[in-house]
Amino acid sequence: MTHALNRRALLLEGARDTVPMLVGAAPFGVIFGTLAIAAGLSPATALGMSVLVFAGSSQFIGVSLIGAGTALPVLWLTTFVVNLRHALYSATLLPYARDWPLRWRWPLAFWLTDETFAVVEHRFRTKGTDGGQWYWLASSLAMYGNWLFWTMVGVSLGQSLPGLATLGLDFAMGATFAAIVAPQLKRRPALGAALAASVVAMLGRGLPYKLDLMLAAVVGVASGLLLEQWNKRKEQAA
Amino acid sequence: MNHWLAIVGMMVLTVLIRASFLVFGQRLAFPDWLNRALHYVPPAVLSALVVPMALAPAGNIDISLHNAYLPCIIVAALVAWKSGKTLLAIVISFVVYGVWRWGLGL
Repeated sequence: MTHALNRRALLLEGARDTVPMLVGAAPFGVIFGTLAIAAGLSPATALGMSVLVFAGSSQFIGVSLIGAGTALPVLWLTTFVVNLRHALYSATLLPYARDWPLRWRWPLAFWLTDETFAVVEHRFRTKGTDGGQWYWLASSLAMYGNWLFWTMVGVSLGQSLPGLATLGLDFAMGATFAAIVAPQLKRRPALGAALAASVVAMLGRGLPYKLDLMLAAVVGVASGLLLEQWNKRKEQAA
Repeated sequence: MNHWLAIVGMMVLTVLIRASFLVFGQRLAFPDWLNRALHYVPPAVLSALVVPMALAPAGNIDISLHNAYLPCIIVAALVAWKSGKTLLAIVISFVVYGVWRWGLGL
């Protein structure tokens, strides 16, 4: 009995903690839908991409490459590189999920977005992982349902209002990520990681296959680790 | 081009990357330094996503008044930093975005 109650509480908590991400992703989903129509996808394929791929930034790049008539191997290679950062997420969450059965780990992996990663990683790191698969599931399903809904809205708007894609609503994604990351920067090594990654990302803008993002991630993580090491050594010396 | 074939290929690649460690890495035991390094993944990746969006939304660096993304993203970061309330931060930044664009007639 308490078990079922506990599960419901975890599901509610996961969904609730994800609400801010839903708001941030909504305009992004609308824009994706309108852009997909503008790029020549049918409503069914546009929605199908959200159902099957479920990865915002690679979907954006995917439809623009499809619109430009890019060859399939190039499209797939681009998808691969754009999504490489998700391998880092997968590695970061593995220690929490190691003992869960595969019927949990496969679907949770399928639904692993930037947003759910940020929410779940924060929850597990600060409050522990007991029953966490229900929390994670709720966050995933909330993001998935939200993404499909707003894609559909975008697809129907794209058919009636072709100019909508130029409104510049994708700032919402930037605002969401900024709001997630800012409170994590109170520790100095984390701030250093963020600054180093930002500088590399700025300098590397426009590298092919979004390699700038991966390079920035690697340099940022290394900087954080070095700063942590350096702090420790200073404390030991003092 | 067959759009469905393109999409299925994208799906397979995306799932395999996301499953890389979670599904296939079950037996991996990370050394201590790697576990600590992974704590810096969220700040590094999220900042690398956000900062270019704020400073160069169209590809070129733009720190003029016309770049409405910059004030919004700064406001979102500041509110979240101060209050710890993500949703509040996002809603306020939406308002700033609307007012900014309306005020400048963009």
